[in-house]
Amino acid sequence: MPIRFQHKPGLVVYITAGDPSLDATRSIAVAAIDAGADVIELGVPFSDPLADGPIIQRASERALKHGVSLKNVLGLAGEIRAARPEAGLVIFSYLNPILRYGLSRFADDAAAAGVDGVLATDMIVEEAAEYLAALDCVHLAPIFLAAPTSPDERLEAIASHSKGFVYAISRTGITGKQQSLAADAAALVARIRRWTTLPVAVGFGISNADHVAQVAEFADAAVVGSAIVELIERSTPDEAPGAVARFIKGLRLPETALAR
Amino acid sequence: MASVILPAIPSESRPGRFGIYGGRYVPETLMAALVELEREYEIAKADAAFQAELNALLTDYAGRPTPLYFAKRLTESLGGAKIYLKREDLLHTGAHKINNALGQGLLAKRMGKKRIIAETGAGQHGVATATVCALLDLACVVYMGEVDMARQELNVMRMRLLGAEVRSVSSGSRTLKDAISEAMRDWVTNVRTTYYLLGSALGAHPYPTMVRDFHRVISREMKEQILEKEGRLPSAVIACVGGGSNAIGAFYEFLHDRQVRLIGVEAGGNGTELGQHAARFRGGVPGVLQGTFSYVLQDENGQIASTHSVSAGLDYASIGPEHAALHDSGRAEYVAQDDAAALDAVVKLARTEGILPALESAHAVAEAIRIAPALPPRDILVVNLSGRGDKDMGILARELNLKRI
Repeated sequence: MPIRFQHKPGLVVYITAGDPSLDATRSIAVAAIDAGADVIELGVPFSDPLADGPIIQRASERALKHGVSLKNVLGLAGEIRAARPEAGLVIFSYLNPILRYGLSRFADDAAAAGVDGVLATDMIVEEAAEYLAALDCVHLAPIFLAAPTSPDERLEAIASHSKGFVYAISRTGITGKQQSLAADAAALVARIRRWTTLPVAVGFGISNADHVAQVAEFADAAVVGSAIVELIERSTPDEAPGAVARFIKGLRLPETALAR
Repeated sequence: MASVILPAIPSESRPGRFGIYGGRYVPETLMAALVELEREYEIAKADAAFQAELNALLTDYAGRPTPLYFAKRLTESLGGAKIYLKREDLLHTGAHKINNALGQGLLAKRMGKKRIIAETGAGQHGVATATVCALLDLACVVYMGEVDMARQELNVMRMRLLGAEVRSVSSGSRTLKDAISEAMRDWVTNVRTTYYLLGSALGAHPYPTMVRDFHRVISREMKEQILEKEGRLPSAVIACVGGGSNAIGAFYEFLHDRQVRLIGVEAGGNGTELGQHAARFRGGVPGVLQGTFSYVLQDENGQIASTHSVSAGLDYASIGPEHAALHDSGRAEYVAQDDAAALDAVVKLARTEGILPALESAHAVAEAIRIAPALPPRDILVVNLSGRGDKDMGILARELNLKRI
């Protein structure tokens, strides 16, 4: 199914799958969708998450402690899809778990689970021929990262090989919360738009309504990850879905948007 | 809308590939820096002034060429093949690592980078990097796993004395792998101002090629020296393999001399179960770790396995991609020697030759000790003695009970 942003601004919510448990992640994802998330990114926990800051590193460690695997995450994706047929669903992973699972088997199983797109953190366009072919076979959208350091010729390749949306990284660095949004982001989104009409989502460091409102001025959607993962870390498994839903509703307060 | 066609050529023929291995698997943020590094390295490589500056430092500062020493008493005690030692342990800072640190340090300077970051396992690459940064007046931050900081404390002190900041890494297994991840997180954050001086033939292109090139001098000298001393090539070249920088440097000039066996020695640790060793060719599966496609010790879900070796420098879950290709093609052989054999080799070499090898290099010595007796006396084994063992005195004192002998 094509990924659609039903709300304005769009919201992409990242959750590390299996933290604190697979059941909890399912409830949190459903609550997030009901609270207005357009797309859920299900993070596959990995032992060596070199693009992630401490919050997501800790979440991955917790999930791995009880043995959460890519197979589990795909099962979870199927359950979320069954519960909420309309929401966008993206698998967010480092490459190695996917390679070990088998690229085409992964694509088949992800598509069968109702997943819409795949974002592999350490897959760049130049290395992606086989990966793109495998995803294309089963109509999964490849989503690539675009960075402030990417020159125009790379942005062109990234934009033309992405489907669903392009993920613009707001700043150089790893995932994590930050005080203010980098000025890099608006310029990057403008450069990406020269090459594509796809929606552009901005992520890394987006952690409050103010950031979301700023992003809404120049992009189609904001990606919120570490702030939500940290909220889950601080909540009990029972409280987490409610806490995440309240947080998401607070990200799109109309008065905040108007105040900008 | 513009359409960009992906290269339809098979991945093997692209730059940075060794057979199917190697490549670039990194967050997009680093790509511009890797492309710039590749370009600047190619320009520097072809620049006679750069090469002359590097060669002068290798000679006058680092102490090249290193001797090729005939280990007569070791040879006689084993009663088989003649054993030569390539004395990289005699280099300034105590290991082969300085070859690459000088090369990349000069490159960083040329690129106008003022801040250098590095990872280290045993601390030898960290010390070499801290040394070069002192020499070239560059700021230096070294990431090192907590476990390694404890077991290689002497090198931590040396780095600090040289003016480097040593940052301890407490995530994951708290060893080399985690130090690399943390260095990459720093690089991805400070990529515009910072040069990542990677210390092994690992990581994304161009690192495996560039690091190998800076260590090629080892086999170039070896070849000249053995021809001069013996008038023929060795039967085998033996080197320990963690990431694989000293081994690829020791093998490279012999790749086309098919009669020369190339033997890489991995860390057999203290057992054959996953988690007890760092022998990637004994249970590893091709995968992606830290920027490159190579053999990786991992579980059935693709999570990276923990590793063990008495030597911090060999204690790593993946191996340089060129070694993966040499393994698959059969051009090089890879074996494992365990902790106990490495410790025995330290004692043997110390007491027959008065040479104290690093625990890493002792794995290569152990393999020579194993195979030499069954080989005819006209066979020649060249062991790359990649580093010296002073840094290991704490471990050796404990493991060999030296306080009570």
